[in-house]
Amino acid sequence: MVTLYINGKKHTIDADPEMPLLWAIRDIIGLTGTKYGCGKGLCGSCKVLLDGSPVQSCILPISSVEGKQITTIEGSSKNLDLLKEAWVELNVPQCGFCQPGQLIAAAALLDTNDTPTDEDINEAMVGNICRCGTYQRIKNAIHKTVELKKQR
Amino acid sequence: MSTIKNLSRRSFVKSVGLASGGLILACNTSIFSDNNEEKNNVYFNPNLFVQLNSDGNLILIASRSEMGNGVRTSLTSIIADEMEADWNKVTVKQATGDTKYGDQNTDGSRSVRYLYDTMREMGATAKAMLILAAAKKWQVSPEECSAKNHFIIHSSGKKIAFGDLVTIAKTIKVPTEIKLKPTQNFNYIGKYLRSVDAEDYVNGTAIFGLDKRIDNMKFVAIARCPVTFGAVKSFDKSAALKITGVEDVIEIPRIEKPFGSLGGVAVIATNTWAAFKGKEALKITWNYGENKAYNSDEYMKQITQNVHKQGKVVKDHGNVNNAFKNAYKTTESTFQLPHLVHAPMEVPNAVAWVQEDSCEVWAPTQAPQTTRKDIVSYLQTTEDKVTVNVTFLGGGFGRKSKPDYVLEAVIVSQKIKAPVQVVWTREDDIKHSYYHTTSAQYLKGAIDEKGNVVGWLHRFALPSIVSTFQSGVDYAAGFEISSASNIPFDIDNMKVEVGKAPAHVRIGWLRSVINIPHGFSVNVFADELAYLAKKDPLEFRLNLIGKDRIEDTKNPIKYNTARLKNVLRIAAKNAQWGKELPEGHAYGLAVQHSFYTYVASIVEVSLENEKVKVHNIYTAIDCGTVINKNTVIAQMEGAAVFGMSLAYYGKITAKNGAIEQNNYHDYKMIRMNNAPKVHVEIVDSTENPTGVGEPGVPVIAPAIVNALFKITGKRYYNLPLSEYNLV
Ligand code: FES
Ligand code: FES
Repeated sequence: MVTLYINGKKHTIDADPEMPLLWAIRDIIGLTGTKYGCGKGLCGSCKVLLDGSPVQSCILPISSVEGKQITTIEGSSKNLDLLKEAWVELNVPQCGFCQPGQLIAAAALLDTNDTPTDEDINEAMVGNICRCGTYQRIKNAIHKTVELKKQR
Repeated sequence: MSTIKNLSRRSFVKSVGLASGGLILACNTSIFSDNNEEKNNVYFNPNLFVQLNSDGNLILIASRSEMGNGVRTSLTSIIADEMEADWNKVTVKQATGDTKYGDQNTDGSRSVRYLYDTMREMGATAKAMLILAAAKKWQVSPEECSAKNHFIIHSSGKKIAFGDLVTIAKTIKVPTEIKLKPTQNFNYIGKYLRSVDAEDYVNGTAIFGLDKRIDNMKFVAIARCPVTFGAVKSFDKSAALKITGVEDVIEIPRIEKPFGSLGGVAVIATNTWAAFKGKEALKITWNYGENKAYNSDEYMKQITQNVHKQGKVVKDHGNVNNAFKNAYKTTESTFQLPHLVHAPMEVPNAVAWVQEDSCEVWAPTQAPQTTRKDIVSYLQTTEDKVTVNVTFLGGGFGRKSKPDYVLEAVIVSQKIKAPVQVVWTREDDIKHSYYHTTSAQYLKGAIDEKGNVVGWLHRFALPSIVSTFQSGVDYAAGFEISSASNIPFDIDNMKVEVGKAPAHVRIGWLRSVINIPHGFSVNVFADELAYLAKKDPLEFRLNLIGKDRIEDTKNPIKYNTARLKNVLRIAAKNAQWGKELPEGHAYGLAVQHSFYTYVASIVEVSLENEKVKVHNIYTAIDCGTVINKNTVIAQMEGAAVFGMSLAYYGKITAKNGAIEQNNYHDYKMIRMNNAPKVHVEIVDSTENPTGVGEPGVPVIAPAIVNALFKITGKRYYNLPLSEYNLV
């Protein structure tokens, strides 16, 4: 039995402790917003926040995250919510598949950096592939979120 | 006009997933002239549906697949506009795969092209019926009523909501004469609309194929032979069965069809991870078969030889040999391009449940009807027993119009008598795809003293897509030739030849298809001729395209050289072609007509620490009437990145028949740090709408290579640029 705290909820699951967090979230707990893209830590589709830090859940065994707070795309935080708003407004998603991972990476960036430069954004987002090529809009939407934050 | 019918009282609307109760209009995009009402009841086979409920909600059925192409939004907005509906009250339902929707294949960048007129008529008809309903209710003349923002308004000022007219509208006879609104009054068409699905995407609630769950569903991973069309000789499943969560291991057959399953060994498990682990633990011996001899390096040498000698002539006008003999100068170049793979962010996957007398699947597919047909034939059943539900697609790029992965799920479900989800690993996706063709091309050109091109010879050899559909196809097919033979250059002596190139992997179409190799060689070679003529590449190219004319092609839409030159001029104007660029920066240009659309891009490139850096891309597109500018711009931005990925990194190789690449570390993608700024201008046009999903791709790689020539003085004839250590 492994206990996971996801979006503030406690889940005790019966699974191989070696199972990557991604599959526990998707196949056992049933939250499918976190995506599989590569399974090797290469694409960022599976990103979640682990005690506030962005991690690739596809390469993280559940045994290593016991007791830690996990936030998925279905979860909420001030930055994540504002980012989602900006994402919709600038019509960022194309196929949408990579976007949960992109949003998580962006939320982690804004959690530690109120006014990221383009360079900061490149660095924070370089681990996330978007095969549809929405990078320009992602960058604009992150800047837009900073604006939104100032207004509220 | 299409036949539009009021189906509000028919029970079969349930079969398309609409609840009864509202005003339901349906139409068939294929016209039939039979006016006998009774007979039509039998034959009427509608393929577009719109339902207005009394709460005002408007539901549309989208027959095309959403894969980032914005098609659900564009198609919907056309109806809503003509109907004067409120965009916020519109929802979209995805159609299942069924011939009743007409052609549902979402590829070839043609969804909007095919459905535009019909969608408008449908919206206008609904509006007309609501006006008639209001007139009836108020006992006034319909001429005194108009529609605006989900209301019918009378000239006296009184108004009534669409929803409140549903009961009366349901009884109104469908008008046969309707008037479309003047295009300048469009509310949504031609404007910037947000995706109807944006919220679902950002909240993680959009259900992609991979996210589909049904009760008691098993997760399945399949080991396939590393060599295309190899077969299982024997396998040992004992280690796999020891893995927690693995329940069973079974062999599945190869189905010899274009989109049939490859066959292999399937691991059935309680979760995806166990299935993946079980697959790794399998010990399989394979019969590799004849494709084991495929080595892509060797193959490239062979097809290159084939273009260095005379091939099959597919176009010959004037006299190229004389032109070369009498030329002021000639030049020749050889281009080599590797296989590519789509690698959509969401891997191939499908959920299937085959029961005693029915089969239902949920799949991210660009081709729901092909999928259904293949299932019907495999199960030897009838169409009414098979339902194909189309989920969201996490990218398609052509991969998901080939539903081999759906058939796999059907086979496994049938065998184990349980619902299953087959999930490909990323490695499976890279290693067992339908690859974009590899090609060798040879071009020779001649100029006269004034710098005019007087001779053009283009020879190419590439394994054809048709080889996937029939055996013994060793040469490019007609549609793989026309992008070389119909180039819009005004040259008196032109010859095109094809060389032999048999296929050893499954060849398939990938975003913009044959326009990738031809767009590359033609645009790079034209630039080379400009330098040979010592001319500015922009001026030279405009000259080469020549005077304004409609080129006569066999297609319904002829291409217009004026529109081609226009996009090039616009891109040049936006880039300020000719201006002084920062030290070490250079512009390169390319222009291409594909999928009936005209696109030009100018890229600004520099070398930073001897690595390519693309700073800006100025793209101009003429795709006729634009439905949603937002989608067009997004597609051009995305195409720029897609084109850069293939230019920088795209290379699939085979050794002893097996694909050597594995995952995103050795089949790389452009990431945020290399993403360019893309500036898009859309040409204002009232011409028929044409494709936007693909035509932005082919110009990118040649434009980069042309810019690099200015910086380095070297021509990079082969892709990807990683081969030259430039990325
Ligand atoms: S799925 Fe985890 S990084 Fe790609
Ligand atoms: S939106 Fe499709 S992969 Fe990013």
